[in-house]
Amino acid sequence: MATWAAGDLTVRVTGLRRSFGDTVVLDGADLTVGPGEVVALLGGSGSGKSTLLRALAGLDAEATGQITVPAHYGVVFQEHRLLPWKRVIDNVALGLIGTDPRGRALAALTEVGLGDRGGAWPAELSGGQAQRVAVARALVREPELLLLDEPFGALDALTRLRMQQLLERLRERHGFAALLVTHDVDEALLLADRALVLDGGRIAEEIPVTLPKPRHQDDPGFGGLRRRLLDRLGVPVP
Amino acid sequence: MTTTAPPPVLGTPLPARQRRSRGPRRRYRLVSPLALLVLWEAAARTGLLPADKVPAPSLVAATGWRLAADGSLWEHLVSSLSRAGIGLAIGGTLAVALAAAAALLRLGDDIVDPPVQMARMLPHLGLVPLLIIWVGIGEELKISLVALGSFFPLYFNTYAGIRDIDQRLVEAAKTCGLDQWQRLRHVVLPGALPSLFLGLRLAIGAAWLSLVVGEQVNAQTGIGFLMMEAREFAQTDVVVFGLLVYAALGLLSDTLIRIAERRTLAWRRGLQAT
Repeated sequence: MATWAAGDLTVRVTGLRRSFGDTVVLDGADLTVGPGEVVALLGGSGSGKSTLLRALAGLDAEATGQITVPAHYGVVFQEHRLLPWKRVIDNVALGLIGTDPRGRALAALTEVGLGDRGGAWPAELSGGQAQRVAVARALVREPELLLLDEPFGALDALTRLRMQQLLERLRERHGFAALLVTHDVDEALLLADRALVLDGGRIAEEIPVTLPKPRHQDDPGFGGLRRRLLDRLGVPVP
Repeated sequence: MTTTAPPPVLGTPLPARQRRSRGPRRRYRLVSPLALLVLWEAAARTGLLPADKVPAPSLVAATGWRLAADGSLWEHLVSSLSRAGIGLAIGGTLAVALAAAAALLRLGDDIVDPPVQMARMLPHLGLVPLLIIWVGIGEELKISLVALGSFFPLYFNTYAGIRDIDQRLVEAAKTCGLDQWQRLRHVVLPGALPSLFLGLRLAIGAAWLSLVVGEQVNAQTGIGFLMMEAREFAQTDVVVFGLLVYAALGLLSDTLIRIAERRTLAWRRGLQAT
């Protein structure tokens, strides 16, 4: 696992706290993401994974603690969250500033393999296509960091595999860092450089994933890491 | 790859059959109204219906033609239309502005919504006596009535439309770097538009209704005046013709709004468009 000087970190979170009423969800969580590093954040249901990501995305005004994220970041949610009243290309170009936003949007769409669907309405797309558009919408902002909140959780198994490969390709090409919130241990091990387990409002476990890429579930070492993560998540594999 | 047999055409016969069956059905639906019209005409001509109570349809048509030809119809129509237009503009603008303030701001909600909710329970046409004392019996009365009538449906639908917007879309827009005004323009306004259109259709219906009542109070022009005046001279043909004009105005305005709605909300038909 590589280490970075504090100033070079892409994400730095110290002492993040968030409670809903009496329920403390995040209790002083610390987290870092290095440049170009993919960090998977795992945890049981209700462990606060999404709360942490929302705080990083600037969507939670009530979370306290120190958060440093780059100025350019993109977010992909579990649902595509495309505006139904804007055509696909205008969804991708939403809020873009600078020269030729539509041209850049088209380039991003082409990268996710939907260059010919720019004129479609979001309602005309399949679930996987809509999620690819959401990825393009995040990508077009040339992010240093992608925040991914179970981005492929709602997709069927085949589409999910394709999306994971797409994300891997895009990361290689663009070199963004990513924080991937997921409940899928295999997904974490396929994509991440480091897997974190959130438990009791803090990062309870940190597991470097040093398997060579491209990875596959059959790789030696995969099963061992998988068992270790599942065990830590409270699902011991006999 | 070569195919030896022509590919089966499964898609075409079905729509064709549907089209064949839909055309006659639409024509069938015209039969009973036309039959009623013929019966009415026959009953009026044979004297079964007293001429001073119910005029024959042909007489109503002739009267309409006469009023249109001598120009008085257009004079009254313009007068009625401008009352409806001005009243709707005032009531509608107020409704949308107040609904937006109530739906978007907590303070606005606390200040604006309670009195509007209370006032909603008042039948606005029952306010005529009070309005006469307040604004007199002139144009102000007619315009106030239209404005009041159109305010409530537009207010409630705009309010509900804004409140129903998916918060997750607003969040997504935020992560795309949209500031508050841009979110209003790109997310809130288009998201509330379907409800706004519904509110507008209901408001226009209420506006015509208010106009019918308002124009029966000391009007010198307008379709309502035409009817009131005709009643005094027992010209039932003019009264019935005035009713038909009101109906046509309502139908026409509703159709125009629906066309505008269909054009603006093309994204809602996205699924059927493919």
